[in-house]
Amino acid sequence: MSLDKATVRTIANLARLEVRDDELDHLAGELSNIMTFVEQLAEVNTDGVQPMTSVAAMSLPRRADEVTDGNCRDKVLANAPEQQDGFFLVPKVVE
Amino acid sequence: MAYVIEGETGDWELVIGLEVHAQVTSKSKLFSGAATDFGAEPNTQVSLVDAAMPGMLPVINEKCVEQAVRTGLGLKAKINLTSVFARKNYFYADLPQGYQISQFEFPIVGEGEVILDMPDGSTRTVGIERLHLEQDAGKSLHDQHPSKSFIDLNRAGVSLMEIVSKPDMRSPEEAAAYVTKLRSILRYLGTCDGNMAEGSMRCDANVSVRKAGEPYRTRAEIKNVNSIRFLQQAIEYEARRQIDVYEDGGQVVQETRLWDSTKGETRSMRSKEQAHDYRYFPDPDLLPLVLEQAYVDEIKAGLPELPDEKKDRFIKDYGLSTYDAGVLVAEQANADFFEAVARGRDPKLACNWVMGDFAAAQNRLGRTIDDPVVSAADLGGLVDLIADNTISGRIAKEVFELMVDSGKAPAVIVEEKGLKQVTDTGAIEAAIDAVLAANPDKVADYKGGKDKLFGFFVGQVMKSTGGKANPALVNDILKAKLA
Repeated sequence: MSLDKATVRTIANLARLEVRDDELDHLAGELSNIMTFVEQLAEVNTDGVQPMTSVAAMSLPRRADEVTDGNCRDKVLANAPEQQDGFFLVPKVVE
Repeated sequence: MAYVIEGETGDWELVIGLEVHAQVTSKSKLFSGAATDFGAEPNTQVSLVDAAMPGMLPVINEKCVEQAVRTGLGLKAKINLTSVFARKNYFYADLPQGYQISQFEFPIVGEGEVILDMPDGSTRTVGIERLHLEQDAGKSLHDQHPSKSFIDLNRAGVSLMEIVSKPDMRSPEEAAAYVTKLRSILRYLGTCDGNMAEGSMRCDANVSVRKAGEPYRTRAEIKNVNSIRFLQQAIEYEARRQIDVYEDGGQVVQETRLWDSTKGETRSMRSKEQAHDYRYFPDPDLLPLVLEQAYVDEIKAGLPELPDEKKDRFIKDYGLSTYDAGVLVAEQANADFFEAVARGRDPKLACNWVMGDFAAAQNRLGRTIDDPVVSAADLGGLVDLIADNTISGRIAKEVFELMVDSGKAPAVIVEEKGLKQVTDTGAIEAAIDAVLAANPDKVADYKGGKDKLFGFFVGQVMKSTGGKANPALVNDILKAKLA
């Protein structure tokens, strides 16, 4: 499978990656190679086989409904570039 | 009579499907041990998992799973013993992970149904498509600063149930009845408090219009509807807008629209971004959620009596009308209050009092059922006094108001004010004789054929006895005397 430049631009945008136009050809080639590599798996007949979701033979661990965490605002905000009155401050986002 | 909107090109039908986000009642979040209380100081109920710090792993809250199963059972829905959590990817400032953990292909609950109680007493069934568990996002405040948004992650990671209906509703009233009924069921189950003002229940509406007999046309999704009244207004507005678009020769585009309650309109969320592409995939941090049938059965065995069952029982056991039963069961506390009044008494009389004078006084004084104007025991006592002929229904209304004002028991008030009904035939006869003697002309007219004067005599007797004469006895004796 080969990806065109428009698709690569869309993927970059969805991932919020800034990609210059002169990089698109190169990236399209790399991504296409990855896709081709993975597509080899499609050669295996998996009719009637349940998808395997994990290699670990265990079930989803669960926890009791108790408050055991939180109340650590200083830690939570420690890496924030900007904060005020206990809030994160980010560039204005309005739809 | 089907609901239609008249357009220039004929009648249009509405097609409505609703997505309700209900906050799961739990102490801690879906995948972290941070608290869920409403109104806490910003970012104090945030764990490093909720803040999406590198290396943090989600661990599911077993209570939230149980609540989702309970809700599914309450909606008579299929419980999927295996369900899968998926990542829904998008970027927004109040979503630190860059994805929401949700369920996509394999939700925990499949198809079910909700029975709507319409105001005219009829019922309608609306299908449930699915219910899945997912994380809530944080809260953004845009009005605190000229160039910044404030982010509070207290809500981030709180467990939600997204309950998706089938496009089975055909009028704004049905949509309102659906949300009302769903809220009632969730509150009975104790799985969501249904508080729309605090955002623990939020609603998105998918609305389209069509001519009768047509397949579905393109729909618009309306977001930001936070009350049942606004839901109805938003649907009405949106349907009218779409009809105008079609009748002006245009096409409705599939899009998300925001309800603006101040302007009373929906408007397009003109997002610069191309159509949403959430790139769902199974969350590699979470194994599939596998339930045992025995676990589901155990939850099922512990379900309370739900509104529909209670309503049927009230109709069958108490002989109430469909409408009365529907109103009484909508809130469990109201139903319990009614049953406390009705126990061992005439249920219809109890119902009339609970839904009549009692409900009116509650509304007038702005009281909730947890803080009633009179206790169920006292209201029951009043019903007893009517039933054993101690007081008449008319005097009972007076006693009730005195109960509300003084908080005294009805028997005490009747005693203190001397309101006991006169059932002594001698006393009633004397009162009747006096009235007849004072109105010889009217007696002559009555005997001459003016039957309607009978009511006048009854009125005079009641007046002279201060309303305390037993009305049935007055009627009987008066009839005999005038014969």
